[in-house]
Amino acid sequence: MKKILEAKNLKVIRGGSLLVDVPGLEIFEGDTLSLIGPNGAGKTTLLQALSYLMKPSAGAILFRGQAVGTEQRILEYRRRLAMVFQEPLLFDTTVFGNVVSGLKIRGTGGAEARRIVEAQLERFGISHLWDRSAKTLSGGEAQRASLARAFAVSPEILFLDEPFAALDPPTRESIVTVLEKVLAETKTTTIMATHDRNEALRLSNRIAVMEAGRIAQIDRPAVIMNRPVDEFVASFVGTETILEGEVRGVNETALMVRVNESEIEVVGKGKPGERVVLFIRPENVTLSIPDGNVKTSARNVFRGRIGRIVPLGLFHRVEISCGFPLVAYVTTHALEDLALKEGMEVTASVKATAIHVIRKSIP
Amino acid sequence: MDIILEGIRQAFILLVTFDPEVMGITWFSLKVSGTATFISLFIGMSVGTVVALTQFPGRKFVVSLINTGMALPPVVVGLFVTIFLWRNGPLGFLEILYTPAAMILAQAVIATPIVMGISLAAMQQLPKKLRLQILALGATRLQMVRILIREARLPLLAAVMAGFGGVISEVGASIMVGGNIKGYTRVLTTATVMETSRGNFDIAIALGIILLLFAYMINLVLTYVQQRERPR
Amino acid sequence: MKRDFASIIMFALLAILFVFPATTAAQPAQKNVILATTTSTQDSGLLDVLLPIFEKKTGYFVKTIAVGSGQAMAMGAKGEADVLLVHSPAAEKKFMADGNGVERRLVMHNDYIILGPPADPAKIKGMKMASEAFKKIAATGSIFMSRGDNSGTNAKEKDIWKAAGVKVEGEKWYQQTGLGMGQTLAVAAEKKTYTLADRGTYLALKKNLGLDILVEGDGILLNIYHVIEVNPKKWPKANFAGGKAFGDFMVSKETQDIIKTFGVDKFGSPLFFPDAGKKEEALGQ
Repeated sequence: MKKILEAKNLKVIRGGSLLVDVPGLEIFEGDTLSLIGPNGAGKTTLLQALSYLMKPSAGAILFRGQAVGTEQRILEYRRRLAMVFQEPLLFDTTVFGNVVSGLKIRGTGGAEARRIVEAQLERFGISHLWDRSAKTLSGGEAQRASLARAFAVSPEILFLDEPFAALDPPTRESIVTVLEKVLAETKTTTIMATHDRNEALRLSNRIAVMEAGRIAQIDRPAVIMNRPVDEFVASFVGTETILEGEVRGVNETALMVRVNESEIEVVGKGKPGERVVLFIRPENVTLSIPDGNVKTSARNVFRGRIGRIVPLGLFHRVEISCGFPLVAYVTTHALEDLALKEGMEVTASVKATAIHVIRKSIP
Repeated sequence: MDIILEGIRQAFILLVTFDPEVMGITWFSLKVSGTATFISLFIGMSVGTVVALTQFPGRKFVVSLINTGMALPPVVVGLFVTIFLWRNGPLGFLEILYTPAAMILAQAVIATPIVMGISLAAMQQLPKKLRLQILALGATRLQMVRILIREARLPLLAAVMAGFGGVISEVGASIMVGGNIKGYTRVLTTATVMETSRGNFDIAIALGIILLLFAYMINLVLTYVQQRERPR
Repeated sequence: MKRDFASIIMFALLAILFVFPATTAAQPAQKNVILATTTSTQDSGLLDVLLPIFEKKTGYFVKTIAVGSGQAMAMGAKGEADVLLVHSPAAEKKFMADGNGVERRLVMHNDYIILGPPADPAKIKGMKMASEAFKKIAATGSIFMSRGDNSGTNAKEKDIWKAAGVKVEGEKWYQQTGLGMGQTLAVAAEKKTYTLADRGTYLALKKNLGLDILVEGDGILLNIYHVIEVNPKKWPKANFAGGKAFGDFMVSKETQDIIKTFGVDKFGSPLFFPDAGKKEEALGQ
């Protein structure tokens, strides 16, 4: 895969503070990279530095191998990307006038521009709104228009700064679905800053967790979720177990999902062959000693070995390796009862109803 | 009371029959104030936009200067412009005292801070991120400024209207620098003062009605602008 | 980029084009004559009749700046006017003594009248001497409305108070407007006070006022107009030729004839009496 964007020794200093410090970042064509992290981690700043909307204090940005530094290059670079913000930031004109604005700026007009705009409106499901004033649009419609405006210029890189944060859940869901489809179609390289882990998981093939201006960890989603590199990443992504798998079988109520070599039953809907992601809350994992006669109503019973045990106040975080990585929360009481120790063999069980499943379309 | 009613009656006759003197004064007033507003638009809007969109040391001071300028008493402007334009004054060599040019100058000085201040406010009210979005769409600096001006077009129109309103109704400076010379530097306001002191209430009221009409039209535009919603 | 430049240039051109028509025909300096005169002279309408004739005859363009006599002479003393048409003899003499004027020629006169409410609380109606009437106004504490603006009228008024031996500064019944004659009359009429005015302005505004003529005809009430050219030796920028031409015009026979009949058709009596060539002392009687 071709490298499309690279940042080297990138630093952004404003008002005496170091907002972004990224020694190296490589983005490849077709990547969908999500930047996640708490407020103030530098996600937006990094996004703006990468798109050269903000001038870096040090370091270089290379677009397809060429440094973006001079006025001329900056303009050329900017005309090959697009950015969508949390607010739609539409102009005081019709939807058509908005979506065509990027083209007008580039000097494209007339019939060709009209053709492109119509296609984008169609794509985002807002063709019927073409001559409506931007002021009269709902939040979802406006954000669709903003996206249409971005795609109208056929960007080589799409930057998204928490684009769905201001929308209510149902609207959010429908727009994310549309965007997912468009990204799959166009294979546009995308860099997205977001708070929402589910969105990050759903749309991206790489996740970068940011802390205080640095990238703490950047990797495939499953790796980040299951093998956080430090306490910060772990506490930010949550200590839930997140597994990627494939649907093997379906009955009226549940799915059988294959994760690595194991089969996990999950209550939900799906089709065989679908790729899915499973969420298992650590509180829903029950541990027992293999020879014990603890009866549970859980179908999913797995034998494995305890990895790390980390005390977390009221309970302990127990990592288990049972064909796939699993995390359980165990009360201190239970821990002592079962005399759990690192390295011990243990049986873990989870109710099929306690596992959360989502479909994943980005491989 | 009868004087007023009689005056109003005569005034309507003057207006409806397009009395040449009244029409002449009106047209001249429009030309002078229109030109002054045009100049103030040019200077005021450009400076106001630049100050609104750029950061520079001392910016707060400049902004407060502009806002003070908006409250400049027109008659004080008239006094200073007159002193400058006196034959023996620093700009006396221009020899434009008691000419329409002097009136345009004084009115431009009065209107420019008004247009500047309101333009500044109009541009500053645009969402800060809008600039970033426009740049992200690949706009050059100049393209961005044009788009921002178009976005703020209604408040900017209000700025121009406010400037025009300020000078078409101004009398102190106009009398001082213009001299209210018949057929040459006589405008609606200066003529109203003179006709009143002469006792020609019909003409004075006719001119007053025209001035009120202007004030009303300007107000209409300003209200419309004010009540519109902002785009998302 | 190019389109942006073009629109900037277009803006600038429009601005320039706009300015020219508004300034109409910019006159070369020598053609302008700045005439400083009084509001009462302008309000009488006499200049509206005379000036077009003068301009047509000589090609000069007269800029009439109507202020009070005091301010008119101040302008002349600063060289900001070319010729004065004023009616404040004492101040004029000082003006000449200071070397500010070249020639001072008698043009015309009219008279002042003492006006007051029909009720006449001070009972001055029909009195022969103006100073006596003023004495009575002061004695009864009736309100007197003065212009208080150093105009010719104001100067005359002060002369009469002096002749009456009355001190007016600080008196509660003595009020000053600082305004022109027309406005002062309006205020006096509104508040029903006594006041001093020139006959011309009174006649022009009479129908709307409700003030009566109470005292007239006293010699001291004569209101004498002179035309004075500003001294070019002191103020080289003054348009002496134009000023002189105007002065000559005002005392010419044709003009004097016009002055003689001005106002008769409208008011039944002339507003001014032509006096060119006469001696000042011989006036009145």
